[in-house]
Amino acid sequence: MSIRIGYLAALMGVLAGPAWAGAPQVPASLSVNLPPDSRTFPAGKGVQAMVRNCTACHSVGMILNQPRMPEAAWAAEVAKMQAAFKAPVQKADVPAIVAYLTAIKGTK
Amino acid sequence: MVENGAVSRRRMLTLAGAGATAAFTSAHAAGVNFPFPGGEGERTITTAFPQKGPMILQRTRPPLLETPFDVFDQGVFTPNNRFFVRWHWAVIPTSVDTATYRLNVHGAVKTPLSLSLKELMSMPQTEIVAVNQCSGNSRGFFQPRVPGGEWGNGAMGNARWTGVRLKDVLDRAGVAADAKVVRFMGADKAVVPNGPRLMKSLAVDHARDGEVMIAWAMNGEPLPLLNGFPIRVVVPGWYATYWVKALIDIEVLSGADENFWMKTAYTIPDTPGANMRPGQTGVKMVPINHMVPRSFVTNLRDGEKVKAGAPLAVRGIAFGGDSGVAKVEVSTDGGKTWSATKLGADEGTYSFRRWDLSLPAPAAGPLTIAVRCTNTKGLVQPPVPNWNPAGFMRNVIETTKVTAS
Repeated sequence: MSIRIGYLAALMGVLAGPAWAGAPQVPASLSVNLPPDSRTFPAGKGVQAMVRNCTACHSVGMILNQPRMPEAAWAAEVAKMQAAFKAPVQKADVPAIVAYLTAIKGTK
Repeated sequence: MVENGAVSRRRMLTLAGAGATAAFTSAHAAGVNFPFPGGEGERTITTAFPQKGPMILQRTRPPLLETPFDVFDQGVFTPNNRFFVRWHWAVIPTSVDTATYRLNVHGAVKTPLSLSLKELMSMPQTEIVAVNQCSGNSRGFFQPRVPGGEWGNGAMGNARWTGVRLKDVLDRAGVAADAKVVRFMGADKAVVPNGPRLMKSLAVDHARDGEVMIAWAMNGEPLPLLNGFPIRVVVPGWYATYWVKALIDIEVLSGADENFWMKTAYTIPDTPGANMRPGQTGVKMVPINHMVPRSFVTNLRDGEKVKAGAPLAVRGIAFGGDSGVAKVEVSTDGGKTWSATKLGADEGTYSFRRWDLSLPAPAAGPLTIAVRCTNTKGLVQPPVPNWNPAGFMRNVIETTKVTAS
């Protein structure tokens, strides 16, 4: 039995690690590339404020995939990005951001 | 045609051309349209991400990739290249040198450790099959809608995880007698200077229960980078938020963990089913924790045509959450009566479990198929969906509407 296990381990060693160590092999180093953003904000008043303040942390699609929400909910969301996630949103841009979000994703 | 999925253009062509049996093997769907309340459910399928096959693109950066639902019909193990992806911050370790990688263990321990992968992987090996599910899986179905990752039902997957027991690593460091929690941090970093870096913690007894582990393989292969290469935490039965990816730091704390990701984010109402009313105030919130049972039909889609007058094969997957699957039942009369299904192989307490049922031949007309799972702790899926402001822990009984003709 032990011979058989040894043989199996030797076979598996090719894939899983050195048979003599009995430990799995450390995987090879890995380097990958992540794809760039593929979407842009629809044109509209305030779009520059969106680009300036929102896309450092996340791609445009995050916003475009959100549900429609009332203006107060969008204002709360922007405030959450500032307070909880420390997004360096320029104070002067906040009204334009909320207005833009409400325009493209407000409740009808 | 909608998805619990979605029916892609290609899938519709397949449906038209080859019949329903071949419909759900389509791997290159052009897009999906989730039937979310209020809409906004259109998503594209992407093949642009490393080590990933076709995935539903929820967000490019930081990546949120959802598993197309037809994958769950192919078996209880979710292939690594179709496993869902979720990152919080965009600074992701895209280059990992496995020779110099270290896992540090420090804090309230006798001997701080800095383990290489070789050292870690020389420790006694363990394996477990467990579902990894995002806290916010199915968030897009919440009504009223809530902001966040607007997932369909595919922010979950099941894998065989291989690694070491966290207990063994902690014992090697020697946890101090006054230790309270064990906190994990990955290599991912905040984009902005003061952004809270993702850290999650477990009570020390939970961390040392012998089930929580540090995995270096899933389904027999190294983790894909986007699933936490080279090592991640595995917390069987608990939501994925605790399964910290690209784990580099374990800190044992003598007090409570007050960090943002435990105290503020990922909290749920401390109520049955994490349920509350929209706008309700004064609700006590607690960190999200163990999972609850869920079950899905995987071989039929909403809107699909089935044959009248012939027995209808229905199958799917279920999981118990923090315990095993006791039973899976199907109802076609709005929940008045339930039929037991046949359970497939038991791959372990925390695994997906296949279920099968042959329904009596349906008469021509609409047919609504509801499925519910009861776990081995006796918890059963509820008929009414829960609601909370973060869109967590959805596990309502799912229904699939087909038409027999």
